[in-house]
Amino acid sequence: MNFAQDVPLTWYLLLSAALFSLGIVGFLIKRNLITVFMSIELMLNAVNLSFVTFAHQWHMVKGQIFVFFVMMVAAAEAAVGLAIIIAVFRARATLAVDRIDLMKL
Amino acid sequence: MHLVLFLIFAGLCLAGAINLLLQSHPINSALSLVVVMIALAVLYLLLGAEFLAAAQIIVYSGAIMVLFVFVVMLLNAGREERTLGSKVAKTLGFPAVVAVMGVLATIILHLQGMGAAAINQGLIPTEELSRVLFHELLLPFEITSILILIAILGAVALARQEGSERSVTK
Repeated sequence: MNFAQDVPLTWYLLLSAALFSLGIVGFLIKRNLITVFMSIELMLNAVNLSFVTFAHQWHMVKGQIFVFFVMMVAAAEAAVGLAIIIAVFRARATLAVDRIDLMKL
Repeated sequence: MHLVLFLIFAGLCLAGAINLLLQSHPINSALSLVVVMIALAVLYLLLGAEFLAAAQIIVYSGAIMVLFVFVVMLLNAGREERTLGSKVAKTLGFPAVVAVMGVLATIILHLQGMGAAAINQGLIPTEELSRVLFHELLLPFEITSILILIAILGAVALARQEGSERSVTK
């Protein structure tokens, strides 16, 4: 195997698809509210990797700037989401998603 | 060299993501997510996105994951209960995930004209990125700061204890 060769960009896209699928699996099988939220962050990161790969392919700066905005929105989403988790925990005293099945607090 | 670095950090990424699914304690999941994010930062650097690699480490594995770890500690989240989960997730969810992965992989493998990435090639300098960000896209950038401000206010309003208003006004 020649280790000096370049990496095809499709490998990056395949890694991104694999990370996204693992995020979906985590969203489905995890039973803890915080871990479900972490799976969503994993999916956001996978999509960011695709953006950076395509920005590299087409030499476009705007692809990278889009990733920057995704990061900012993810930061805002994490702050609000974790505050909601704290509020739900105060009302229910549990983090198991099976027990949190009513929107009414 | 690029191939070796890619294989190491792509492997770290996948291992961290799988470990996130296998761990039953939320703090272990959070730490493996940090591993995934730092490995992704190295992959960004390999793809020539030096500013995003720094932002990934500072914003994601710095700020966001610290927030997650704080909430895990604050709520004293223990091991998650191994319930059976819903039947729908098992019967429909996993075939759907396999289908999504298969469709994505076939589309990616049939993509035409994708190039290859080599070290020191296609590097987008931070100077060029900031020129576009602060000239053409200044308005979205400023709107983002308002979004962050609203998110901070929302987080404070949501996480505030119900009875704390009285103690503040006293």
